[in-house]
Parts: sequence; structure tokens; C-alpha cells
Amino acid sequence: MSDHSSEAHSHGSVKSYLVGFIWSVILTGIPFWMVMTEAFDKGPTYITIVLLAIVQIFVHLKYFLHLDFSEQGKLDTYSFIFSAVIIVMVVALSVWIIYASNAMMM
Amino acid sequence: MSALLGKLSWDALPYDPIVIGTLCVVAIAGCVLAFLLIKHKLLGVLWNDWLTSVDHKKLGIMYIVLALVMLIRGFADAIMMRLQLALATSGDPGYLPPSHYDQIFTAHGVIMIIFMAMPFMIGLMNIVVPLQIGARDVAFPFLNNLSFWLAVSGAVLVNISLGLGEFAKTGWVAYPPLSGLEYSPGVGVDYYIWALQISGIGTTLTAVNFLATVFKMRTPGMKLMDMPIFTWTCTWANILIAASFPILTAVLAMLTLDRYLDFHFFTNDGGGNSMMYINLFWAWGHPEVYILVLPAFGIFSEIVSTFTGKRLFGYKSMVWATASISILGFIVWLHHFFTMGSSANVNAFFGVMTMIIAVPTGVKLFNWLFTMYRGRLRVTVPVLWTLGFMVTFTVGGMTGVLLAVPGANYVLHNSLFLIAHFHNTIIGGAVFGYLAGFAFWFPKAMGFHLNVKLGKAAFWCWLVGFFLAFMPLYVLGFLGMTRRLNHTDNPDWNIWLYIALVGALVILAGIICQFLQLYVSFRDRAQNLDTTGDPWNGHTLEWSTASPPQYYNFAELPVVSDIDAFTDMKEKGTAYVRKESYAPIHMPKNTKAGIIIGALITAFGFAMIWHIWWLAIVGLVGSIVTFIARAYTSDVDYYVQPDEIAQIENEHLDNVAKG
Repeated sequence: MSDHSSEAHSHGSVKSYLVGFIWSVILTGIPFWMVMTEAFDKGPTYITIVLLAIVQIFVHLKYFLHLDFSEQGKLDTYSFIFSAVIIVMVVALSVWIIYASNAMMM
Repeated sequence: MSALLGKLSWDALPYDPIVIGTLCVVAIAGCVLAFLLIKHKLLGVLWNDWLTSVDHKKLGIMYIVLALVMLIRGFADAIMMRLQLALATSGDPGYLPPSHYDQIFTAHGVIMIIFMAMPFMIGLMNIVVPLQIGARDVAFPFLNNLSFWLAVSGAVLVNISLGLGEFAKTGWVAYPPLSGLEYSPGVGVDYYIWALQISGIGTTLTAVNFLATVFKMRTPGMKLMDMPIFTWTCTWANILIAASFPILTAVLAMLTLDRYLDFHFFTNDGGGNSMMYINLFWAWGHPEVYILVLPAFGIFSEIVSTFTGKRLFGYKSMVWATASISILGFIVWLHHFFTMGSSANVNAFFGVMTMIIAVPTGVKLFNWLFTMYRGRLRVTVPVLWTLGFMVTFTVGGMTGVLLAVPGANYVLHNSLFLIAHFHNTIIGGAVFGYLAGFAFWFPKAMGFHLNVKLGKAAFWCWLVGFFLAFMPLYVLGFLGMTRRLNHTDNPDWNIWLYIALVGALVILAGIICQFLQLYVSFRDRAQNLDTTGDPWNGHTLEWSTASPPQYYNFAELPVVSDIDAFTDMKEKGTAYVRKESYAPIHMPKNTKAGIIIGALITAFGFAMIWHIWWLAIVGLVGSIVTFIARAYTSDVDYYVQPDEIAQIENEHLDNVAKG
């Protein structure tokens, strides 16, 4: 089937999986090291953990979920972004609504 | 409670003479229908060619039959309410006791939204979308059949509630704590939950199916931005379904856990919060109204461009306006409960977002007007519905912007002004759209024309009846009448309630005309055959097939290079070309699995409602086993042979040549 061979492109190679894996190890290792050695204050440590976690999300999306903007991958990427936007909007706005309603009843 | 029958006992049978009378009429009608089917030896045809069919065109027709049947049920509820309110004035109790009246307004809302509008929209989408994109069927034909039977299953449960037990008395939104076990101990809310849950899952599957279809099965040459506008609006509706129906599924599941297993998601004690139900219900409920109306916008676009003989004005802006409405439709849901009492900032945000939606909707309206500008509009029945829509929906849209102002909303919330507003948009927008689409695509689906005189009569009755029935409700809203009242005692309201009843009767005349039209058109079909397959000089690919279309849709997949693909072919002379030979066509076989699973799931739902646990297990396990058995069946497809294709195609081309 012609469909399958064209999709095979986006399933990645050993190399891309390894690159993703190494990036993930580095991005996990840095915060782990910061916490274990207590080399920095709490504030910068927290900020670094969150920032590197966000970076790692993108590493996973690119190397493991193969989201990109190529001709074949575009649709997957757009549907992922759309779902993420909807979920973030619905969850964040719901939290805001219920939090505000709750505050009014205090 | 017995182990065999759960909560079911003789007490579940109706005692109300109105209900008993209705059931007798339904029983007699059912017997007559069964007698006619047996007499004309049609049971085999019904089973083999329809109920087990995976053909999207036949499923579409069955969806619309379901919608029309449920329209009768939902409208009967409507006219009973109007009659009650016209009688129960000045302190008179009327003829419907509150417990019955409350079930009627709940059933009316649930039926009209979930079991009339949704099947009508999905039916039109089934018939038209695969044809418009040059596909031979949907991506998953069996799943399509299963979705239909899940929708039927929900409808059956709602109708069973008429004869056994009761329906919810909570209003169609079923807010807890009223819908919780404490205040609704009966089976009514359980009927509501399982009917919505089962049909909702069917709807989600339909959306997945059609998204896969439009993304993977477009005919060669058709890019996304070449898709016909109706297909585009349906695609956005499907995206909304896929994103929002899971919220409904989840919120109903939580309500189920509250009612069956003593959870406390939405109860007043035990840490529950009923505001979360209201929030989640409308996080589904608001996208839902766009799911209903976007395909209707697509229908109007097709009709306006076809009957002016012009290309649609602003195709791209139309697609992007639909996209904006879809995304904005996800961040306005709080306007359904401004008065729940969130902060001023929350209300302001949602109020402004709501008003912004008027902008892309306005873009659409102007696109239709500009398409008509300097066009030669042929005033047919579909065009009448379109013009009626443009006037009616504009009024409804403007009252919507008014309601979007939180300050005004505090005055008008839950008044009849609101009722008038949403009927104005749903009837004037969605229902007029579906009836326009019905008149537009009927010759394509059935192969003969609808009677024009009765069609026009139906339109005028609907339009005049609509304004008579609902404009008084705007006035009553300003006069302070709230919704869901059983009887009233205010002489200032009486005259408006009487006018509204007259309006409902005029709409009744419209519905009668609609059914008469079907009967007369069917009776005289031999004189009104559509032999060419292109009765309106259409723009898109569905008009290149025969009427009704060949069961494989296209003998050879058309190669397209324009938005108005069929117009392009007619201009280039590539339409209706006789081929020397045809390749075999790969087609799906019909299957019994869908109807069997539907029946087992109905049994499951019924058993859950009445706490008949053994039957619930049988129904659920049975349906899963049937599904797995179907998944392991390899005998699901066949090839149509070239001889047969050549014969069917030549017959069609001969008919076209004869004109």
C-alpha cells in the first residue's frame, strides 16, 4: 500500500530516537543534579526544573511523537496543537470560573 | 427490589389517560406499519437493504427518518406545553399536572436537540459529504452503521420512558442537586443519562469517522482548500464533536457515579460541587449549538451559490469564519450561567468573547448577500428557506448579543426572552437549514422531485408560525415571565400566551404540509423522476452521479482542479464521458453486527435504568463479544465487477443524454 510507505518516513530512525534519548537524559540530569547537590538556592532550582521540563516536552514531541511541519506531518502537528489549545482553554477557564465562584461564596 | 426485574414493577405502567391514549395510537400505528411491511413482503428488503446496510447514503436516509419521527414526538410535546400555558391562565390549573408537565419540557428539549436536530444534521452529512469529496464511502463503513444504531438506541430509551416509568423532570440540562438521587429518586434522570450517554458515544464515533474520511479519502486533486463549503462546515462541526462530546460523556459518567455508587462529585455534602456540573455541561453544550448550526451555514452557502448560478463569494473567508466560530465557540460557555455568580472579571471576559462571535457570523451573512448581488436568484423551495433564515437568524443573533451583556443577562436569565432567543437561532438557523438541505438534496438521495406547492406552503407556515409563536415570548420575557412555569396568574400575560399558541398551530400546519409533501411526492414519483442526476445545475461532485447515486458512487474517481469541481467539468466538457472499460471496485459488505450491538446496548441501558443487573451484564458483555467477533471477521468486502459497472454507468449516461 502506497499510504504506508509514505507514512514510514515519519516513524523516525534509530539515530533520531538516540538524539531524543540523549537530550532527554541531559534535560532530566541537570535538574536532578541541581536538587541532589543543592548547588543553588530554592528559587532558581524551581525555575530551572520547570523550564527544562517544558523544553523536554518539545523534545519528546519532536523525536518520539514525530510532530513536525513537513508535508506528511503537518496534519498531526496541527491536530495536536488544536487539542492542546482546547484542553488548556477549557481546563484553565474552568479553574478560573470555579475559583472565582468559590471566592464569591466565602 | 427483585433480582429478576430490579425496580421494575406494575407501578411503572402509566395511569395518565393522555399517556395511555398516546401509547394506544403508537401501538396501532406500529401494527399497521408491520401489517403493510408483511403484506408487501418488504421485511426482507428492509433488513437486507436498509437496517444492515453500511452504505452512507442509506444510513443518511435512515438518520433523517429517525429525525422526522422524533420531530413528531418533540413537536407533540411542544404543542401540549403551549396548550397548557394558554389554558392555565388566571389561576386555572390547566390539563397537565406539574409532574407530567415537567417531564414534557425536559423530553422536548432532549428530543429536539439530541434526537431530532443531531440525526437530521448527521443524516445530511452522511448523504452528501462522501459524494462531495469524491469518495466511495466513509473511512469506516461498519462504524458508521454502528453509530446510527447507537443513536437509535438512545431514541428508543427516551421513547420507552413514555410507557414505563417516567422521564427526567429536571429540564434538559439536568442540573444537580435536582438531578441527584436526593431530589430525583425515580428512574427519570436515569433514562436521561443513558439515552444521552449511548447516543453521545455514537455521535463521537461519527465525528472520528468523518474526520478520517475527509482527511484521507478526498478524490485525486482535491486539496483541503478545494473542499466544497458544506463539507468544510461539517468538518469543523466534527472537530467540535470530537473535542466536546467527551466532556459530555465524562460529566454524565460522574453524574452516574453520584446516582449509582454514592459518589459525591456534584452533591451538596460530601465535598461535592454542583457548579462543576453546570460548568462542564455547558463546556459541551455551547460547542454543541455550533455543531448544529455550522453545517446549516454550509447548506445555505451551497444553496445560495447554486441558485444564483455563481461561485460562492469569499470561499476562503467562509472557511476561516467557520474556523473562528469553532474556536471562539469553545471559550464562551459561561454565558449560559452568568447568574451562577462568578466574578465580574469572569463575566466580562465571557461576555466580550460571546459578542466577538457575531463578527465571523456577520462575515458569513455578507458573503451570502454578496453572492446574491447581481446574481439571478431562482426562487425555489431551498432558496425560500435560505431567505427566511437570513431574516430570522439575524433577529436571533442580535438578541443573543443582547443576552451576552452580563448586566442585561441578570434581568433576562431564565425568562421567556431566553427561550425566544434560542428557538430563534436553533429553528431559524439550524432547522431552517436542515429543511433547506432536505429540499435541496432530496432529488439526489431519492431520485424524484418534491412537490413544490406543498414545499412552499410548508415554508410559509413555518416562517409565519415561528414569528407568531416566539415573538410573544420576547415580550413575555420583558414582562417578567420565567421559563418552565406550569400555570400563570397574570392577566397582562394572557394575550401573548394565546398568540403563541396560535403560532404553534401554524407551525403544526407547516409540519403537516411537510409530511403531505412527502406523501404526494412519493405517490406521483413516476411523473417527477430526476433522470439526469443534476436537477439544479449544481456545482459540486454529488451532482455528477445519478439520482439516487450508484451504490459505489463513482465508477472512476474524478480528478478535480477547482472548488466548483462539477461546474469546472461541465465547462471543460469532461463531465459525462463514456469510458471504454472499468476497473473492479472494492466495496464493503453489509453487516448485522451494528443492529445487534445496538439492540444489546439498548437492553444494557434499560437494565441499568431499572437496576436489573443480570440483564445489564448480558447486554454489555454481549455487545462487546459481538464487536470483537465482527473485528475478527475477514469476510467483510467484495469487488463490483466491470460488467455490472458498465451496465449501470451506460444506463445513467443514456438517461443524461435523453435529458
